[in-house]
Amino acid sequence: MIMQPASTEIASRTAAIVQELKGLEGPLLPILHGIQEEFGHVPHDALPVIAEALNISKAEVHGVVTFYHDYRSRPAGRHVLKLCQAEACQSMGSDAIAAKLKQLLGIGFHETARDGSVTLEPVYCLGLCACAPSAMLDGEVIGRLDDEKLDEIVAEVRS
Amino acid sequence: MTPRIYIPGDSGALALGAEKVAKAIEKELADRGIEAKIVRNGSRGAYFLEPMVEVVTDKGRVAYGPVKPSEVKSLFDSGFLTGGHHKRWLGAPDKIPFLARQTRLTFARCGVINPLSLDHYKAHGGLKGLQNAVAMAPAEIVKQVTESGLRGRGGAGFPTGIKWKTVLDTTADKKYIVCNADEGDSATFADRMIMEGDPFVLIEGMAIAGVSTGATKGFVYIRSEYPHAVAMMQKAVEVARKAGLLGLNVLGSPNAFDMEIRVGAGAYVCGEETSLLNSLEGKRGVVRAKPPLPAIQGLFGKPTVINNVISLASVPVIMDKGAAFYKDFGMGRSRGTIPIQIAGNVRYGGLFEAAFGMTLGEIVDDIGGGTATGRPVKAVQVGGPLGAYFPRSLFDTPFDYEAFAAKDGLIGHAGITVFGDTADMLKQARFAMEFCAIESCGKCTPCRIGSTRGVETIDKIARGIEPEKQIELVTDLCNTMKFGSLCALGGFTPYPVMSAINHFREDFKPAPVAEAAE
Repeated sequence: MIMQPASTEIASRTAAIVQELKGLEGPLLPILHGIQEEFGHVPHDALPVIAEALNISKAEVHGVVTFYHDYRSRPAGRHVLKLCQAEACQSMGSDAIAAKLKQLLGIGFHETARDGSVTLEPVYCLGLCACAPSAMLDGEVIGRLDDEKLDEIVAEVRS
Repeated sequence: MTPRIYIPGDSGALALGAEKVAKAIEKELADRGIEAKIVRNGSRGAYFLEPMVEVVTDKGRVAYGPVKPSEVKSLFDSGFLTGGHHKRWLGAPDKIPFLARQTRLTFARCGVINPLSLDHYKAHGGLKGLQNAVAMAPAEIVKQVTESGLRGRGGAGFPTGIKWKTVLDTTADKKYIVCNADEGDSATFADRMIMEGDPFVLIEGMAIAGVSTGATKGFVYIRSEYPHAVAMMQKAVEVARKAGLLGLNVLGSPNAFDMEIRVGAGAYVCGEETSLLNSLEGKRGVVRAKPPLPAIQGLFGKPTVINNVISLASVPVIMDKGAAFYKDFGMGRSRGTIPIQIAGNVRYGGLFEAAFGMTLGEIVDDIGGGTATGRPVKAVQVGGPLGAYFPRSLFDTPFDYEAFAAKDGLIGHAGITVFGDTADMLKQARFAMEFCAIESCGKCTPCRIGSTRGVETIDKIARGIEPEKQIELVTDLCNTMKFGSLCALGGFTPYPVMSAINHFREDFKPAPVAEAAE
């Protein structure tokens, strides 16, 4: 098979990550986390490299990647906004918050804004249930969401 | 004396602006040329008072909260470094009623100490349990844990000592301790708080588990939604290794025990113990059929203790003060204390550790203070997305594993979500099915297919299509899911669904608009 230059690049960077982590007991999830951190998603071209190094089939790797919500097949926007939609946040109006946010950003859940600024995702619990409704913007936690905080979030992802 | 200021670094406090408060305090200290030591502690769990800042005065610690960054200047003007009066003044933190009424055994140090200081940890009673354990025979440790009456705090309530005994009694070349920190249930944050506020207590509990069963390797599987807890645990493991708490000779004893922090990848079902083991092994997080029990064939086929964070974090106090001390708290077969997490639409939300036996009403009305919005409480969901919705008429149920089971509910991981009177219970029942459909691992049919059929059937009720017939169908479906599913995801989804139908039938009646149109 003739490899495209881009996939060679992915393969070599993937190989380095695999090499570093393959000594762990049960290394596949740490490897996939490492790859997602490196590329912002888990590129399709990374799978055969992992499969070969761990002596498992490509189908097995694919099965694991697609099982978990966290692994992306495509890069996300510059910002990732996760909005909690679980019960404690529901009790404090997370439905309305989600509707408003979708309108402000012009995208739905699991979508990325056309300008690549932000990806919006639902999340089922951030453990901030005593300060609901909550969200996480690029790993930073935000509690007691209200209109003012939504405006701040929108301004930040657009800046 | 250099003033010492405690500002929580706990996620819940950060979500409410603790970082901005810390920055403002740092700036104010610099502007005024005051030298002070800032300690980033965990949270004491009174989230309605977060960010809660504490200063150490000659009369002890004085708390202020909830502090806004804009109020920091006035705090300094009021002399808060010496406990001066201010509108945010709360006095001694352990005298705040919400905290004073608790029985803190597992959470004794959480929010009090510097989470990464082993000296602080030891000064507050830490490591005594492990010191006792390394001087005891493994079977004796297991006996203590069994006699304490400690049951799995993750939700299943299985006696912890019995799991440990099975692992101890199983011969193998390698054994594992796995800590389930995949705290995915809504309304629960006790695991997160302990990992961020007192990580050493979990490490100590895991080391005791290792010493008592002959396991030499531990894993903490933390959900990826908890980046702060992951970072804190990683740092704490490093500190513990350097101090000889982990390694080839635990506290200088001949016992070897080391541990690793692993991060999940956003699958709720991995909170189920066998899914978690598959995930740790690098597989899809599908449920395994039992038997074999993980205690006999667990991680990589080896005997494995798999316990929740709170179960493991409760072991040090048991090994320090003895099984009888711990067992003395509680009621019936629910012994010791339980960290109840009060969340959702509630006035005084947070973590409340208490002996088993308080009634649901006391917790919701008395401790929680009713809803945050001021509306009447309509329902409370106990035990996360797989827990039942309780109406006010069941508020006399005591917080006890068996008492909740007798009312067709469960304690689960002890999270309580309060809903005001605007909640639509049909919508909540639908969500329970929808959530099960999103998170099902797909291995067994009742869960994989049943959840989707459940959503569709509840949608028909909402549209007024033969609602009585649909309710019958959902009831039958729930029965199949309850008895036919491999694990608690499909098996317990019927709890929220059926409790909503049984206790709030009025929400499942056709909408009055539809009647008017006929």
